[in-house]
Amino acid sequence: MPFIPHTSDCVATMLGRIGESRVDALFDEIPEGLQLEEIQGLPAGQDELTMLRELKELADLDTPLTCFAGGGSYDHHIPAAVWDIASRGEFLTSYTPYQAEASQGTLQLLYEYQSMMCALTGQEVSNASVYDGATALAESVLMAVRASRRAKKAPQLDVLATAGVHPHYLAAVRTCVYGQGINLRSLEITPAGITGDDLPDDEPPLALIVQQPNVFGRLEDVDRLADWASERDVMLIALVNPTSLALLKSPGEWGDRGADIVCGDGQPFGVPMVSGGPTHGFITCRKSLVRQLPGRIVGRTQDAQERTGFVLTLQAREQHIRRAKATSNICTNQGLLVTASTLYLSIMGASGLREVAARCHENTTRLVAALCEIPGVERRFQGPFFHEAVIELPISAAAVSNTLAKNAQIFAGIPLASWYSELDKCLLVCATEKRTPAECERYVQAMRSALSS
Amino acid sequence: MTDVPDNLSYTETHEWLREEPDGSYTVGITDYAQDALGDVVHVELPELEAEFVAGEEACVVESVKAASELYAPVTGTISEFNEQLESRPELVNEDPYGAGWFFRIIPDQSVSTNDLLDAQSYEEMVEDE
Repeated sequence: MPFIPHTSDCVATMLGRIGESRVDALFDEIPEGLQLEEIQGLPAGQDELTMLRELKELADLDTPLTCFAGGGSYDHHIPAAVWDIASRGEFLTSYTPYQAEASQGTLQLLYEYQSMMCALTGQEVSNASVYDGATALAESVLMAVRASRRAKKAPQLDVLATAGVHPHYLAAVRTCVYGQGINLRSLEITPAGITGDDLPDDEPPLALIVQQPNVFGRLEDVDRLADWASERDVMLIALVNPTSLALLKSPGEWGDRGADIVCGDGQPFGVPMVSGGPTHGFITCRKSLVRQLPGRIVGRTQDAQERTGFVLTLQAREQHIRRAKATSNICTNQGLLVTASTLYLSIMGASGLREVAARCHENTTRLVAALCEIPGVERRFQGPFFHEAVIELPISAAAVSNTLAKNAQIFAGIPLASWYSELDKCLLVCATEKRTPAECERYVQAMRSALSS
Repeated sequence: MTDVPDNLSYTETHEWLREEPDGSYTVGITDYAQDALGDVVHVELPELEAEFVAGEEACVVESVKAASELYAPVTGTISEFNEQLESRPELVNEDPYGAGWFFRIIPDQSVSTNDLLDAQSYEEMVEDE
């Protein structure tokens, strides 16, 4: 055990101090039936060399695929400088540091992250991030219910989601609000793949979640939805892909009043896809809601000599001070990934981000058009979309996706059957700025031959 | 030395009450409480017409080092709150028994002083803390 500096002398001394003869005696309190002799399916301990060799063999079983899948995690280009800088010792930390104010560089970076997220989402305040997009949405729901003026008198705590909010996000929200007595309901998906006219007339929910673009890549009529919410004193939660904000109007400008809370996943900003995680979630909101905002918040201030400095602010919301009455059990942030996102945004700049968003959309538009020239392939939902779209095939999308992976090393998209059983022939397709015309052409050819065989 | 005016009633949770001519009670936190909290930076006040049961959380007081609750000292309905505290929470520190009051509550039934502390008992209680 090279990394645990317990010599047998150390262990003997410690056991002697507490009057025990064996380490195992420390576990005597656990009933014998619950103690495991060995964990099933795990091999015995190995030396480092053997272990690395075995893991490498396992890793080599993965075939690198050309990625045309999105669905919440996107294969964007990450400038080399992002992780080169993020990996420097000064930045390389997973969390906000303890004694945070001693790390002025980290706090300044977080402050700049918050400022950029506010600018992108059109909101006044941002936290320093939470775990991921799905927990950001769950925290936003809890926050909206706490802040709702109508919550105290409401017969029940209803939250409504528009059609096409990512099913994984809804599942995470359900887990997080379980036990809080909050009912979460989703609206029906129209044939156009968006939210229809079935917004309830009476007994409005406390909060409305609007995902833009929605899980199918389709653009919702956010102004109409925002005004519906605002007219009924319903808190409006916007769930957005941050890249899209380079082209679409910010949630702060939705309808007459704008969104109250904006959240989403920061993965598109410099975070690799790495098996679906980790990522970081962002939450921004109106200033009037700041005391309900969970997580760390960095503020800019002046010290006694009037020098600019950065501090963790409004900490009385947080667990270490507020205990059981804290706004959330989140008491940290995704420090390292936020560092990468901040670097990504500062390197790309506003024009770079716009270019990424425009190129992704252009690539997907062109790819989908080419795929739809194959007999039997068509777009499932007509209407405006951003950077990802659903195509319908003549046969099972999962089968086609497997064929393309095996025969052409192409990750063709996300077969939607496991999320929506009625969409079993549908594939959610995304071509980011990284996909070349040659790769797209190869995809179209592979699809053509998979469907003709 | 903490200031405990004779003409007020108190609770064990450091609220003070003053009966008004219209039968309502003005409520705030004591000098001892504001001193223990430190600089108050935010006060979350109840809404008008809100109803509380004695002992129920009615306000949140946030200071630079803590956040704590102000509990309704009697069962009743809020008839007024101190709007000034929203922009000037420091009044709680500067003048806890005057400009730093929190709200007025109309009790559902006549208030029994047996449930409250007088100035002397409250002073003895905080001396023991």
